[in-house]
Amino acid sequence: MISVPVNYYIILSAILFTIGVTGVLIRRNALIIFMSIELMLNASNLAIVAFSSAIKSFSGQIFVFFVIAVAAAEVAVGLALIVEIFKSKRSIDVDQMSSLKG
Amino acid sequence: MTLDLALFLVLALVAVATAIGMLLSQNAVYSALFLVLNFTTVAIFYLLLGAPFIAMSQITVYAGAIMVLFLFVIMLLGADALPKTQVLPWQRPLAIFLAVILAAEGTYLLVTKARPTGNILQPEVTVNTMDNLREMGIVLFNQYLLPFEVTSILLLVAMVGAITLNRREKRERKS
Amino acid sequence: MHLSETVNIGFFFLAPWLVFFPVIGLLINMIFGHRFSETVIGIVASLASGAAFVVSVLLAWSVAAGGGEAMSVPFAQWIHIGALNLDWTFRVDSLSATMMLVVSGVGTLIHIYAIGYMHEDVRFKNDVGRFQRFFIFLNLFIAAMMILVSGDSYMMLFVGWEGVGLCSFLLIGFWYEMDTLGRSSWANSNAAKKAFIVNRVGDFGFLIAGFIMFYAFGSFQFDEVFKQVHNIAPATIVAITLFMLVGVAGKSAQLPLYVWLPDAMAGPTPVSALIHAATMVTAGVYLVTRSAPLYSAVPQAQNIVAMVGAVTALFAATIAAGQYDIKKVLAYSTISQLGFMVAAVGMGAYVAGMFHLITHAFFKALLFLSAGSVILGMERGHHHLAHAHGHDDHKTKQKFKKGKHAESKEEHHEEEHGEVFDPGDMRNMGGLRKTMPVTFWLYMIGTLALAGIFPFAGFWSKDEILLDAAKAYPVAYYLLAVAAFFTAFYMGRQIWMVFFGEARHAAAAHAEESPRVMTVPLMVLAALSVLGGALNLPGVHTLTNWLEHTVTLVEHEGQVASWLDVSWGGLNPYVALLSTVLALLAIYFSWLIYGRNPLKAGQIDPLKKPLGAIFTGMENKWYVDEIYQAIILTPYTKISYFLADVIDWKFWHDFVHETVIAGTYNWISNIALNDYADQKGIDAFANWLGTATQSFSATLRKVQNGFVRSYALSVLLGVVFIIGYLILK
Repeated sequence: MISVPVNYYIILSAILFTIGVTGVLIRRNALIIFMSIELMLNASNLAIVAFSSAIKSFSGQIFVFFVIAVAAAEVAVGLALIVEIFKSKRSIDVDQMSSLKG
Repeated sequence: MTLDLALFLVLALVAVATAIGMLLSQNAVYSALFLVLNFTTVAIFYLLLGAPFIAMSQITVYAGAIMVLFLFVIMLLGADALPKTQVLPWQRPLAIFLAVILAAEGTYLLVTKARPTGNILQPEVTVNTMDNLREMGIVLFNQYLLPFEVTSILLLVAMVGAITLNRREKRERKS
Repeated sequence: MHLSETVNIGFFFLAPWLVFFPVIGLLINMIFGHRFSETVIGIVASLASGAAFVVSVLLAWSVAAGGGEAMSVPFAQWIHIGALNLDWTFRVDSLSATMMLVVSGVGTLIHIYAIGYMHEDVRFKNDVGRFQRFFIFLNLFIAAMMILVSGDSYMMLFVGWEGVGLCSFLLIGFWYEMDTLGRSSWANSNAAKKAFIVNRVGDFGFLIAGFIMFYAFGSFQFDEVFKQVHNIAPATIVAITLFMLVGVAGKSAQLPLYVWLPDAMAGPTPVSALIHAATMVTAGVYLVTRSAPLYSAVPQAQNIVAMVGAVTALFAATIAAGQYDIKKVLAYSTISQLGFMVAAVGMGAYVAGMFHLITHAFFKALLFLSAGSVILGMERGHHHLAHAHGHDDHKTKQKFKKGKHAESKEEHHEEEHGEVFDPGDMRNMGGLRKTMPVTFWLYMIGTLALAGIFPFAGFWSKDEILLDAAKAYPVAYYLLAVAAFFTAFYMGRQIWMVFFGEARHAAAAHAEESPRVMTVPLMVLAALSVLGGALNLPGVHTLTNWLEHTVTLVEHEGQVASWLDVSWGGLNPYVALLSTVLALLAIYFSWLIYGRNPLKAGQIDPLKKPLGAIFTGMENKWYVDEIYQAIILTPYTKISYFLADVIDWKFWHDFVHETVIAGTYNWISNIALNDYADQKGIDAFANWLGTATQSFSATLRKVQNGFVRSYALSVLLGVVFIIGYLILK
């Protein structure tokens, strides 16, 4: 049986990450941006697990475990913030939130 | 073409497709659902890579909790498509261009510089969920105890924060 | 200390006190004088001068006790630059001792006289506060004159020379805001200026002589110079002596620089007596005597000096005969007698010259001071009248004056205490013999001495001069003999006009005698005038022996007429007889003209008609002042105005300074630097920096557009670049 080479997983991770980056930059909906961020996290998790299995070490999986936990916490707080912003701005369009304009 | 490779390719295609779908979808709910699908795919990848625990926690936490949270908020804020404006027209093409370059660079780097030896573990070895889970538990509670505890505090803080953020505004409104 | 020891050592160490005593006196009067009464001021000043006299006596005695040897008393170092070494050293020898005695002795008598004279003068001129200043200046003069006669080098002599010139200026212009009649005018200050400036011309000559001397001899010291006389080319010595003669002409009032002395009569009479009769003007004679080795080496220069002296003597004597002011007559008489002295020392008869200097000091001082007494007497009379009669007196005056000159009209309209009444005009005097007897007799003694009547002092001294002239310089002898005739004539004229006849003015009728403080010093001087001949009696020759220690007399060799060779111990009876006859003849003539028919008030001088134009010339001093004015002063003033107005003001100031320099500077600073360099250049650059920064920042500010997406894009951009760089590295 020929296993899947690690490189394939890496390439996939990179592609997913890039899509996530694109999503952050292109979309104006704050929620979609947030989701793209999660996508990026996922892509990097995938890369870590792939490496950890390639070198036969558990550390990668432990690390991913923590990343997932932190991602969860982050989503909670982030979404609360978005709700707050919506309450004052009545919109979740990031282009509307340009009061820091210099 | 082995079964693994075929499976991998199919799943990879699905992952990328769903990601792109999430990206391009105008309806927020559709985007969220696409993302759920993406997460599930990634979970299967984890299984293929011999990390069953991670796969399960991915589905449980990410697809189950986080995306549900997202859907709640979408419901709260409305899934309407935003009106089209033409602010920063130059931004999109440039972003896509740069993203492509980033992908190329990233791939190149990771492929050439990071040289992992050997193949991935055989699935038969790690599909024994009890062993993986036991190993994981031992490592987690022995070597990585501190991060584990800190993470729990982190979760606590996040929870408190999320609740406080909403409660404060209510108090201001009443006074 | 035993007296014998003192005799050996001598009092030479006292020499600096010659100068110190008068300086101390003047300092005391200057600092504390405003608190003293007039008497105390006068006493302080007179004591200072008297102390200098005592020192002179002691010094003279020391010289005599030392056998006539000269002593140098070093005092202070002065200039030591390169080859020039000048020290302030006092030289005490028989010649300087003689001068010291004369100056301090006559000076002290005049100080005492001045106490009384100035007491009245400041009151007649309404400025009592000026009494103190007079005595300060007088003491300053004594100090300067002492420096002059006691110096041991030509430069120290010059210091004193200048000092007495300054004091002359200060004292002539004592009443600087008035003229002699008390009216507000520039006259007195002009007279003082004239004295100073004319003296300066003389000083210029002296300095040139000094420069040549230093160049040739390398030193100013008397001993040094006289030692090397034979080593120097005669032409140089001629140059030195002739330039020195210019100085002598200035200081001793010879032709052509005598013009200041008559004007100097503007000063108070004690000044005229002390400075312009007895002491300062004799400084020139002293200088020539001191330079005897120099003059003896160059007979050509000696001839010139003698001729200058003789011509001056005659010239001044003629002018004196036509003057109406009592002091002017005496002033020209002084010039004439100085001519006698200068001629004497020019001929090589140094002893005769010094002898005449001493006797002249006595009787001329006596005459001047007596004239002062006369003037004050007239003032007292005038004052008396003005007070007694109030405004009525102008009517009384009209009786006595026939308004022949402009002054009388002014006196009519501006009748104040002695304002325009001229107390010195002999035409106002007359008959003062009765009202001022003491003064009359004193004046007589002085006149007889001056005229050279046996046995008064003037006879002996003038006779010696005439004898020496007859032997060696016949031309000078004739000039001097005629001058002697004129001398007796104008003095006789003066006596008849002033003291005899009837008073021609009410003031003269009411004149009062002077107080004892004034007449007693005059009596002392009168005694000296009578007995002064004893200084150098023929056969005894005290003064000759005394002075020979210092001055080498040159006996004139050559053939003389047999009758001149007769000598009664130095006195030739024929010459003496001739001069006495001349003098008596002159007095007789003056009596014929002025004494027999005394002048009436308003009558013109009897000599005017017979002599006509000559008398007008004599009256007007032969127009010498007018000639100087036309030839020298007016062009000079024109040149000064030209230089000041055109060259200095218009060219230098207006053009060069204002237009060129200031204009250029203004152009540079305002236009070039301010407008272009500063505003357009530096300011523009600085402002450009500001605006550039602003526009740059405005451009940069556009990056902060507030859109998160663009910020994220820039992050991505950075990441891409960094990774790219890392890959390519």
